[in-house]
Amino acid sequence: MNFGVKLGGVAVLEDLELHVHCGELSALIGPNGAGKTTLFRALLGEVPHTGQVRFVHADTEQRFESPRIGYVPQQLEFDRTAPISVRDLFAAATTRRPLWSGLNQRRRQAARDALALVGAQDLFERSLGQLSGGELQRVLLALALDPQPDLLLLDEPVSGVDQGGMELFYRMVSQLRRQLDLSILLITHDLAAIARVADRMIFLNRRVLADGPPADVLASPLIRQVFGLEFTGREPSFVQRLPEHGACPPAPGREAAS
Amino acid sequence: MNAWRDLMSLLPLTWAHYEFMQNALLAVLLIAPLFAALGCMVVNSRMAFFSEAIGHAALTGLAIGALAGLADPTLAVVGFSVLLALAIALLRRCSATSTDTVIGLVMAFAVALGVVLLSRGGGFNRYTAYLIGDLLTITPAEIARLALVAALVAAVGTWFFNRIFLAVLNPALARSRGVNVWAMEALFSAVVALVVAVSLSWVGLLVINSLLILPAATARNLTRRTSSYLLVAMAVSLAAGVIGLLASYAWATATGATIVLVAMGGFLLSLFFRR
Repeated sequence: MNFGVKLGGVAVLEDLELHVHCGELSALIGPNGAGKTTLFRALLGEVPHTGQVRFVHADTEQRFESPRIGYVPQQLEFDRTAPISVRDLFAAATTRRPLWSGLNQRRRQAARDALALVGAQDLFERSLGQLSGGELQRVLLALALDPQPDLLLLDEPVSGVDQGGMELFYRMVSQLRRQLDLSILLITHDLAAIARVADRMIFLNRRVLADGPPADVLASPLIRQVFGLEFTGREPSFVQRLPEHGACPPAPGREAAS
Repeated sequence: MNAWRDLMSLLPLTWAHYEFMQNALLAVLLIAPLFAALGCMVVNSRMAFFSEAIGHAALTGLAIGALAGLADPTLAVVGFSVLLALAIALLRRCSATSTDTVIGLVMAFAVALGVVLLSRGGGFNRYTAYLIGDLLTITPAEIARLALVAALVAAVGTWFFNRIFLAVLNPALARSRGVNVWAMEALFSAVVALVVAVSLSWVGLLVINSLLILPAATARNLTRRTSSYLLVAMAVSLAAGVIGLLASYAWATATGATIVLVAMGGFLLSLFFRR
């Protein structure tokens, strides 16, 4: 299996081979332009790729054809003055019935249940523009959970959220993984915070450079080289957010990647 | 139509007894909510400049229709507008140039081509009617055609509403929910082009876009939810349409432009009631 993506003739991702499991929270890290977002776009079917993605039942080895993918975008860029409520967003995303004609009882309950999972049940009637960055991310996470996905993709879900909100969000994601037995792939630059909750860390720069428990990956000399950071022992000792740009020159095709 | 005429004759108002006013009012009642609903999506997707370009480019459709010797150039206008809308959607997708630049370029090209074709032999004056529009000359057959388009747009709008809504809000999110974003953008562009093109002769090329944008912009100041947004926009549009029609009758002014002025007044008023 040589999963790869070419954009404008440039290989953005090549020779990728990854296995992710149910109930596993994997953090995807790497410098800007490493192809993290491109990998998500390929998984979502937005950009063509070589190789294949297979979803297999763990116990029966049986393939299932069209897995549900929940996706939380990097930052929902939208017009904050638009008269759109959280209810409108759920209606638009989960039904075909035009959202101005209302939401049936069953759909409304499903939306409320999903919001309750992320502690956002009170936000149902709020307008999107009024939500704080953290609230909006929780709403988007709830939306990605309705209907419950087989694979959850989170693209830098906490950018624009303060430190406290970020920790809270990661703890929530970590809890959801166990509660719903979800397979989660999460792109992040917050290495220290994610290392505390992730089961696994995948260091990507066009190809997989390191893959394993967070402590092991963070201890690898490659990381130090790429991010230009010093670690003491196996535990990361830094707390501040990593700079947006890693120390290594961006890979080709970076404008299309994260 | 006859029932409508009987109903209007019952009104104890002079203007309600004129056939051209009866026709015009019916047309307003048809066009106004349609423009408002479409306008809501246009404003949400920040496509105000796009619909402006489509309105202007209709001039070229007119020229092509005239050159082809069509008695009624509407078909050429609709065809060219839809084609141009799809061209813009395609350019937006494939080129690195920013959207407003793409639209600006396409509009400049289309308007220039239209003016060149129409001004051949100094005959441009014949077409100035399209710049201003004349709602009072609309015939029952033309109203029937408008009704047909309105029904079509309402059907498409209802069936695809959620998908277009999501594609407009955030393409990546929409794709993750299985929405074909490109198809929705193209469909929406084509619908806007269709409505603008068939209404052009009645509203006027110069002001048609404001009729699309103003009710939505007004409703935005007053609402927080999509359902009330649509409803308020339609109400504003209907009110401005009817008041504007009557004012244009009283003042003997161009109807389309008068409606736009009334709608603009409504928008300014809404600023005081911002939520």
